[in-house]
Amino acid sequence: MLDLGLDVLLKGNNMIRLLQGLWVALWISLVSVIISMPLGILLGIVMTWKNKVTKAILRIYLEFIRIMPQLVLLFIVYFGTTRIFGWELSGETASIIVFVLWGTAEMSDLVRGALVSIPKHQYECSEALGMSMAQTYRYIIIPQAVRRLIPLSINLITRMIKTTSLILMIGVVEVLKVSQQIIEANRMSSPNAAFGIYLTVFILYFIACWPISMLARYLEKKWR
Amino acid sequence: MNWDFIMRYLPMYQKAAILTVKIGALGIVFAIIVGLICATIQYYKVPVLRTIVAVYIELSRNTPLLVQLFFIYYGLPKVGISIDANTCGVAGLAFLGGSYMAEAFRSGLETIEPIQEESALSLGMSNYQAMRYVILPQAVSISIPAFMANVIFLLKETSVFSAISLMDLMFTAKDLIGVYYKTTESLFLLVVFYLIILLPVSILGSLLERRLRYAGFGA
Repeated sequence: MLDLGLDVLLKGNNMIRLLQGLWVALWISLVSVIISMPLGILLGIVMTWKNKVTKAILRIYLEFIRIMPQLVLLFIVYFGTTRIFGWELSGETASIIVFVLWGTAEMSDLVRGALVSIPKHQYECSEALGMSMAQTYRYIIIPQAVRRLIPLSINLITRMIKTTSLILMIGVVEVLKVSQQIIEANRMSSPNAAFGIYLTVFILYFIACWPISMLARYLEKKWR
Repeated sequence: MNWDFIMRYLPMYQKAAILTVKIGALGIVFAIIVGLICATIQYYKVPVLRTIVAVYIELSRNTPLLVQLFFIYYGLPKVGISIDANTCGVAGLAFLGGSYMAEAFRSGLETIEPIQEESALSLGMSNYQAMRYVILPQAVSISIPAFMANVIFLLKETSVFSAISLMDLMFTAKDLIGVYYKTTESLFLLVVFYLIILLPVSILGSLLERRLRYAGFGA
């Protein structure tokens, strides 16, 4: 029988430590999502304004954040800004800053897309029916935009969770770091631990993200 | 900013950038192949294979590339499948990208209504002709935006390769920060090189999108 190194999971509190590591990753993405959602909605609405200056500034911010790999952003904040401005950042704070910046950029683009996708005649019809600006948004635009927005923002959450695996690289002790520690500690007693542990991490991430993706897909179909 | 330092280590970054692009391009090519195969299987609803493809797509879309790479690079050798870092990078990118590409192609094929194929067949076109002249031209133009977004996404994802000790841009930057403590210069070069790689692809993407927007009917 092939040794898959799964026995390590049952030793001591290894499984609990893995789950705690996963929790760190989930917690960071949760906090970032909660902060970046309202900011993104605000920014998305601002982006539909006709003002050229705000548009240009936001565009540059958005394009830069979206084109840079998230790992580069993490490095810039964690190593770069601490060096330039001389402040101290823990890995956790740096990752929350990066994920908020990134999440806001992505979210604002989704909001802008949802608002722009509402055909112009919807605004015109409501005006023709004598609705005020506030009524138009309250009863016509927002209900439609939200339906397009919610599945996409739920998808953003899974992307956020998946991207948190990168924080290992700036020294945050999350699920992959814990795995490395466990594998290292059990190198002698179970040399094949790497297979079992990384397989478990793979499955854990899947369990965390899959239900959320399914929910997004369900809502997308339901509201089409 | 220390320009001497930047000039001295420019060649190192160049080499790293070439490696990044090489592995990225190869991985994307394989991802496209995997994606095409999966999309075909799903479109023709091949039994059994279809279920396998569905499971693969869910697995690969709902796990991070870094975890996939760790599993392939550190985990698989323990059960006797040993791969070097370069191949592992390409394999990881193909595994992740395949599902994203498959979804992009599938969404293109799915938006073409059955009536189009039926009309083509009733005009006396063969199955091949209907595919070649009616379905594919429309499906491709619909898939292009998602396809280009995936290419950029996959190129960005190559940044995690440094974790399996491939000497890519990220690895070089990290190395220089660690050895010389020239954080600002190293990060500046890193950003510049990623922009050189990613900006043209991004611009090409929006150009293509604009050109192909009118290719579909109705929309």
